[in-house]
Amino acid sequence: MSQPARVRVLDAASIERSLTRIAHEILERNKGLSGIGLVGVQTRGVPLAQRLAATLGAIEGRTPAVGLLDINLYRDDLSRIADHPVLRRTQIPFEVDDATIVLVDDVLYTGRTVRAALDALMDLGRPRAIQLAVLVDRGHRELPVRADFVGKNVPTAPAERVDVLLRETDGSDEVVIVKPKDGRDVRGEDQG
Amino acid sequence: MNLKSRHLLGIEPLDPAEIALILDTAEGFAEIGTREIKKVPTLRGRTVVNFFVEPSTRTRSSFELAEKRLSADSLNFSSGSSSLVKGETLLDTLRNLEAMSPDFIVMRHSEAGAPHFLARYGRASIVNAGDGAHEHPTQALLDAFTIRQRKGRLAGLKVAIVGDILHSRVARSNVLLLSKMGADVVVCGPPTLLPPGIERLGAKATWRMEEAVEGADVVMMLRIQLERMRGGYFPTLREYAAFYGLTVERLARAAQDAIVMHPGPINRGVEIMGDVADGAASVILNQVTNGVAVRMAVLYLLAGGDRDAPAQER
Repeated sequence: MSQPARVRVLDAASIERSLTRIAHEILERNKGLSGIGLVGVQTRGVPLAQRLAATLGAIEGRTPAVGLLDINLYRDDLSRIADHPVLRRTQIPFEVDDATIVLVDDVLYTGRTVRAALDALMDLGRPRAIQLAVLVDRGHRELPVRADFVGKNVPTAPAERVDVLLRETDGSDEVVIVKPKDGRDVRGEDQG
Repeated sequence: MNLKSRHLLGIEPLDPAEIALILDTAEGFAEIGTREIKKVPTLRGRTVVNFFVEPSTRTRSSFELAEKRLSADSLNFSSGSSSLVKGETLLDTLRNLEAMSPDFIVMRHSEAGAPHFLARYGRASIVNAGDGAHEHPTQALLDAFTIRQRKGRLAGLKVAIVGDILHSRVARSNVLLLSKMGADVVVCGPPTLLPPGIERLGAKATWRMEEAVEGADVVMMLRIQLERMRGGYFPTLREYAAFYGLTVERLARAAQDAIVMHPGPINRGVEIMGDVADGAASVILNQVTNGVAVRMAVLYLLAGGDRDAPAQER
């Protein structure tokens, strides 16, 4: 069987530039950092949220709090999937009530992860607003969900897979599209 | 990764990776117990029957709370109110329960192997909540979770289990689990309450309490059931307490930061003295708290749908 083709769509420098631009857009939209908390969706949304917080801190001189959110208990397909995803930590170090939360994830795809994340956040309190920041929007939405801040829009075919590699979790920074060569479905990785 | 079986019948069929998966998953559920809204929608629409043929308050309450926090619908079917007293066979009762299409049956029974019997005939996932003197897997899992929470590990720890080892499903499940995970287990009790061949499960055995507790990282006391005295296993409760009760002096022989555990309910002044049960080393109430998280993890992991289905993408 032939190897699937890998096409790089973002390198380390462009990931960095995207996050810097998103940081500025967050500040522009919210007129500063007042009442803002970041929440990274486990697992790759977490390092992205931490990097965004550091960038925001470098610009504003004040680093916003970063929470971690595991959405697996809120998935809509638990009765269908064979392997239950490993449950990771949920920890929000700030008051959710009345906060403006910027939800951070690596890939926006069907929108189902975001739906689950919204429900999970609502169970933790009543935020004033929730905004969505993603590194990659690959299209193919199944729910009416839209990101407020997007690193890069990447047109994809449904059979392709988008891999976000980050140095914190994978050792290097890179976004690649994995294309099937022989029509074989290369999906299977969990992505939003 | 998932559990291989859709039932949790005991610790014995689990491998170390499966035990670690349950304990790791329980970490995520422990956090839910600290929230203001202690409920997640994970098992919404699933039905759990708590089928308790032997009286139990705390295990059943713990399972019930775990089910409620996962948004499952649960109903209790217990010995006093059930038709078992009217002469129905276990299999007929099972068929009646299954006619209501439950997804899980959590079962406590006085006969060893009863849940295994149901697992062979039924469609629901069976969770053993204690069968006779055989196994009580969720108790051993919550004990291991509590030890890991305090000690950061299980491998290499010295664990003393003291009391009525002969009749204790808690002891059996704990010996199996702890030795699978690499802990050194010593069981201790009067010779009449130490089952022959316990070493085959992976534990050392002694009838001298001082020897068992010496240098132990964990001292796990078992409830001594008062009716055992009438069975002639030991002469009097006072004598039992004198030889096998956990006192401050005996605990001083354990490692400096040793923890004291007990599955409850405790007999103050018999197997454990009040000042030890209430002391800084005691994690007895943490065990109760952790029991809910561990049982949520077990139900969550067993709820995996079609085990042959491909991984789904989102």
